[in-house]
Amino acid sequence: MNERSITILQLYPRDMNIYGDNGNVLVLKKRLEWHGFTPIVVEYNPGDPFPDDIDIVVGGGGQDSGQGKIQDDLLRIGPTLQNLAQAGTPMLVICGLYQLFGHFFETQDGTRIEGISIFDAETYGKSERLIGNIVTHSEEFGNIVGYENHSGQTFLRGDTKPLAMVKTGAGNNTLDKHEGARKYNVIGSYLHGSLLPKNPKIADWMIAEAAKRKYGEFTPRNIDDHIAKAARRIAMKRPR
Amino acid sequence: MVRQFLSTVLGKSVRGAMRLRGGGSALPGLVVEKIDPTYIARSLGQLPQGVVLISGTNGKTTTTKMVVELLESQGLSVFTNRTGSNFTRGVVAALLREVTWTGQLKADIAVLELDEAHAVHFAKVVPPTHSLLLNVMRDQLDRFGEIDHTAVLLETIAKATTKSVTLNREDAHIRNIAGKLSDEISVSYFGLAPELLTLFPNDESLHDQTNVAVSTIPADVELVAFHDHMATFAFDGSNHSTDLQINGIYNMFNAAAAIACVRHILGDAVNTMALMASLSAVRPAFGRGETIMLDGQPVELVLVKNPGGFRLGLSSFSPEKYATMIAINDNYADGRDMSWLWDVSFESLRNNQREFFIYLSGIRAFDMALRLQYDDVSFKSVETDISKALHGFLTENSDRPKRIYCTYTAMLAIRKALSNYTKVRGIGV
Repeated sequence: MNERSITILQLYPRDMNIYGDNGNVLVLKKRLEWHGFTPIVVEYNPGDPFPDDIDIVVGGGGQDSGQGKIQDDLLRIGPTLQNLAQAGTPMLVICGLYQLFGHFFETQDGTRIEGISIFDAETYGKSERLIGNIVTHSEEFGNIVGYENHSGQTFLRGDTKPLAMVKTGAGNNTLDKHEGARKYNVIGSYLHGSLLPKNPKIADWMIAEAAKRKYGEFTPRNIDDHIAKAARRIAMKRPR
Repeated sequence: MVRQFLSTVLGKSVRGAMRLRGGGSALPGLVVEKIDPTYIARSLGQLPQGVVLISGTNGKTTTTKMVVELLESQGLSVFTNRTGSNFTRGVVAALLREVTWTGQLKADIAVLELDEAHAVHFAKVVPPTHSLLLNVMRDQLDRFGEIDHTAVLLETIAKATTKSVTLNREDAHIRNIAGKLSDEISVSYFGLAPELLTLFPNDESLHDQTNVAVSTIPADVELVAFHDHMATFAFDGSNHSTDLQINGIYNMFNAAAAIACVRHILGDAVNTMALMASLSAVRPAFGRGETIMLDGQPVELVLVKNPGGFRLGLSSFSPEKYATMIAINDNYADGRDMSWLWDVSFESLRNNQREFFIYLSGIRAFDMALRLQYDDVSFKSVETDISKALHGFLTENSDRPKRIYCTYTAMLAIRKALSNYTKVRGIGV
């Protein structure tokens, strides 16, 4: 039997783990199995040696104390992540790590927390918290459903494109209807829920990109997503 | 005095009118709160033994019920906000029910359950004499922001407390509050024997199970062992065992919290025999580890509100031989965000070749189904309508015990639907 493995790097599971973003890793792991791959999940925490041969990178949201703990380490591994991103490695970063994949997060008192500049994006802390169910739309992925909960507002510049446009909810900020970011094969988003369970198209796109890079091709298998479809339909009807 | 009288008359009148219409418990409190913001402080200020405030993410209602009954076992007359309407206006509503028409409250001490944000608001108006702080877990983040923020709210309550603060030694957020308090405040702890620590994973150790720290701070009361319904607590230099009416290991830890709080309030005056006797008689609070009998088979209701509580519930009860229903709503009182389901492992419900069935219901039944799909747990049915789902669940499993994990508003709907099949205790409003 020809075993084909795909390795997922989970960034900072110890400190950036609230809001159920673990679900994203679980969905990638399971769908890799269902598509005929052997998934390997590697956890990366501050100070760990950065592993080689990473096919997918996933990172979640954290609260302020968690962000403080990973900040220096993220700057240390920033160039490595930048290389992986430029080489086309699919990545998904949510909320706190999405913000730090931009140039900086500026807190309300004007302190700038430096990011790793994979996205051409800036985030500003605001007093208003953007909370609630959200539906966005992207040409590539169709409707994307989730739940947002953030006080940082992100603005995209240059060649960084939004992941999707907001249909209902707030998104990156209160001004431009953008949600999330895309550059190379890196996706940033504010959506929890977790994001991937109810948006399996994004998960399968990440898997396809990783497989094509590693094995030159990807042949999807049929996965029964009728439950995800029903859950999406209901989520789209729920109040903010 | 005139004002006390007028506000009382007005509040009681609104309450009477609401009851005639069959209405809810919050409006009379809201009215009085609006026209007379110091009503609550004046009413509670009369109490000779002051006010006990109980807060934290999980276990407030059950622990409050225990503290009330334990204090009553010591001969005290206790005022409490029994309806589980744990907002400030719920306290006012409870006051309006209990006070005489001249506004006198006939009690020795008040024991109040308030969620973290309302407790802070309340403590500004009525500084608690004693507080009992249970835990900080991820819960309905859309309401409070973040865990660290919630911890700060609880710290604020502790700082406003005038005499004694009783803290959970095993929760770092709670334990660390001690260092922020002035020396005049008496601090004591409740805790777990080291060998029980791994059974109570907090949100931090969920992701790092290897790092279960054993604290060296002495606890006034420790839960040292449990078996079925029997729990053993260590305090006062010896072990005390008792049977409990309440399901779930987390409720045994809540019992340790209640004992520690009452011992802290009363000091040497505690009659331990009476204390343990009353603890063994405490019945579950509404919907919290409650068992309803139906055709000679138990239907257990387990309220789940957050990952920590859900994990403890799943690890407390074996699914073997049971029919299990999970009902997940996302109304405001439940929290709208479904992310929390992904922080709970459901592997213990895997039922390949095992004799039990799982039914899913509630507004977000399909979110739950999706979660189970990714944990390889198969289920018998998904039906968002709770009364339809309950009908199938009850009739197809009439010959076996049943257990229902449910969010708050799902629990209300289930209790209402269950009352068509059997007698269910009223909410007690």
